[in-house]
Amino acid sequence: MALRFEVMGRFNRARAAQLTLPHFVSQTPLFMPVGTQGTIKGLTTSQLEEIGAQIILGNTYHLALRPTSELIDELGGLHKFMNWPRAMLTDSGGFQMVSLLHLADITEKGVTFQSPVDGKPMLLTPEESIQIQNRIGADIIMALDDVVKTTITGPRIEEAMYRTLRWIDRCIAAHSRPHEQNLFGIVQGGLDPVLRDTCVKGLVDRNLPGYAIGGLAGGEDKDSFWRVVAQCTASLPENKPRYVMGVGYPLDIVVCSSLGADMYDCVYPTRTARFGTALVPEGVLKLKQRAMADDTRPIDPTCACMVCKNYTRAYIHCLATKDAMGSQLLSYHNLYYMMQLSRNLHSAIVEGRFPEFVCDFLQKMFPKGDVPEWVCNAMEVAGIDISSCCAPFPSCKD
Amino acid sequence: MKFAVKAVTGGRARVGMLHLGPNPIETPALLLSTRKGLPVFISPDLLPCLPRPDSHLLQFSPLHFLDGPCPKTISSIGGLHQMLGLHEYGFVAVARDSVQSLPEFDSTNKFGASFETPCGRRLVKPVEYMEMISSMRPNLWATLADEVPAWVSDKRNKTSVDRTVKWLDECLTLSPAGGAVFGSIVGGSNIEERQRCAQEVAKRNVSGYWIGGFGLAESMDDRPPLLNAVTDNLPEERPRLICGLGLPEEVLQGIAAGVDLFDSAYIYHLTLGGFALIFPLDGMEENMNDIQTSDIGSDGTKINLRATMYRKDTTPIVEGCSCYTCQNHTKGYINHLLNVHEMLAQILLEIHNTHHYLGLFQSIRYAIKEGKFEEFQNKFVQSRRSSCILE
Ligand SMILES: [Zn+2]
Ligand SMILES: [Zn+2]
Repeated sequence: MALRFEVMGRFNRARAAQLTLPHFVSQTPLFMPVGTQGTIKGLTTSQLEEIGAQIILGNTYHLALRPTSELIDELGGLHKFMNWPRAMLTDSGGFQMVSLLHLADITEKGVTFQSPVDGKPMLLTPEESIQIQNRIGADIIMALDDVVKTTITGPRIEEAMYRTLRWIDRCIAAHSRPHEQNLFGIVQGGLDPVLRDTCVKGLVDRNLPGYAIGGLAGGEDKDSFWRVVAQCTASLPENKPRYVMGVGYPLDIVVCSSLGADMYDCVYPTRTARFGTALVPEGVLKLKQRAMADDTRPIDPTCACMVCKNYTRAYIHCLATKDAMGSQLLSYHNLYYMMQLSRNLHSAIVEGRFPEFVCDFLQKMFPKGDVPEWVCNAMEVAGIDISSCCAPFPSCKD
Repeated sequence: MKFAVKAVTGGRARVGMLHLGPNPIETPALLLSTRKGLPVFISPDLLPCLPRPDSHLLQFSPLHFLDGPCPKTISSIGGLHQMLGLHEYGFVAVARDSVQSLPEFDSTNKFGASFETPCGRRLVKPVEYMEMISSMRPNLWATLADEVPAWVSDKRNKTSVDRTVKWLDECLTLSPAGGAVFGSIVGGSNIEERQRCAQEVAKRNVSGYWIGGFGLAESMDDRPPLLNAVTDNLPEERPRLICGLGLPEEVLQGIAAGVDLFDSAYIYHLTLGGFALIFPLDGMEENMNDIQTSDIGSDGTKINLRATMYRKDTTPIVEGCSCYTCQNHTKGYINHLLNVHEMLAQILLEIHNTHHYLGLFQSIRYAIKEGKFEEFQNKFVQSRRSSCILE
């Protein structure tokens, strides 16, 4: 185990912690920007530090293709290769294969897929995924899991969950740098509470440095989504970090943090930036809209980032989706927004004003009080009274 | 604007001091090409990492804003400095930017100049141009010109001179308060027309001169007499800006003719091609030969970082370069970024190339002050020629 997880404050299930990793001491709840190919699109590493990024993601599948994990290893690891001094996390590569390649097939051996380079059949085994991640050298590495769409039902879900448990032992056995890299196990089991429970128990028995909740953010309905998170966080150990994979909408992060999750990742903030959309407390601001052309206000008057301090919506409107600078500036703002949200969640919990923070957040996003029902339901389980920001009647609607 | 010539050596090459923004800038100087007022890839928070005050001249085309924000909005924001949050920088407006906004002489008529722009082909009349200038409030702007390529008929070329002088007068009549006016000079590849235009413009009350119609299909060998025909007819004490001379050799040609300010579309093209400038900045004679022989795909002044040979290269683009890119990243990493089409490659290359090209200007100024400009020019051109032959 190469991490320390110290809870600094709590509110019911929510917690704020200090996560000490080999390369950085980070604060949770934490959003982790995704840098697929060894770079966060359009930003320098010094800008990422300035924004307050603490852990960034690399995608094993992409990095293994180019520049290859062997080259990264030869040049001293990904931290050195991209000159990122803070913490890093890599995924197993499995999810990317299943989601990007049509011809991926999962067997007990591993994930077979057609190489996008030469079309030859290839096999990614749990052992190989870990070896690749050992070479890349991130602070946190992820176990290879059997990924299935959450919208799938039937015996395939059960098969995938049990296979994920069998594979975790192969991952642990293959892990050659346990004192420098933390292997996280991934809870699978679809939307089935019994399967999720079996998976959590199985993984907790392995005493891993941290746990991820996988198989979500794949198109399932929101009520199922938060219930799985709530169930997993309730039974995962208190003293280990919990990472909800692929979650990145600000609202989802606030809800999951209320339920006791700590870490999140998503390409959404940077991807939506490239399409001209800014994240703001009210939700989103679409900079391409006609109305923005003559709007002389900043993107978010309450944001302290370099972009909001200097630029009008009118100027960003003329850059967005047309010039490289448009996506650079919007990515900067959106990641700043996500990191500020992370900092606010942390300090609100530590300073004992978490319910007020949640209410304030919901009030801005739903000024009419039309907080979605799934959020109301989740908050009830989280023990956070949000009645002050919900419309009196009808109390909640979707 | 204030300008003073500090040193002239040998022929026409000169060192001057230009006061435009808060910080005086020594000439010959490079204007950083921008798109809508910001460098194409270097975001405003990274701009301060470039050498100061050398990097404080930004060139833009008012035509970049044809699609908005409209002049009224730009005006209500408070002009370009305010809109871009760059108060310390000098903004220079020229209709042509040599990248995105290009003169389209066929559609230009007596009413206005036509340009190919990202918003399509647009005819810009002097009155519209001046409306844009008034709203943007640049520190310095060039009057509207009818630029024609080198190969047009004498008749068309003569028309372009007549129109450019006429539009100059119209722009001056409509001229807003503040902002130095540079009178535009054209004349294509005809020495007499170049002289005639320069003489006409020199009669007007302008702060400096913009030399247009270069980099439009004229040959490099034809250029020096044309440039001299212009500068010989201009008053010594006012600055001269040229657009369309990109390569180091071309810039040196311009400086030899007494031009003070240059655009940097060259850097943009280098950056998009994956090239990084590497020519030695001090003591040109050293290293030059080593670079030619050791770097395949190099012409002695630049390398292509897409080349496989840089895959495992853990050294910076230029050893000892103080730019952000060289201080933080290796050739191997940039090679990877180019391979996977990541934008950070362009950001890092634009930073290094701008930094390095500003360094060339510094070396040139030094050479002029030392009375060694001609020697510097010959050496630079010679070493590049020999490495091109080696290839
Ligand atoms: Zn902002
Ligand atoms: Zn450099």
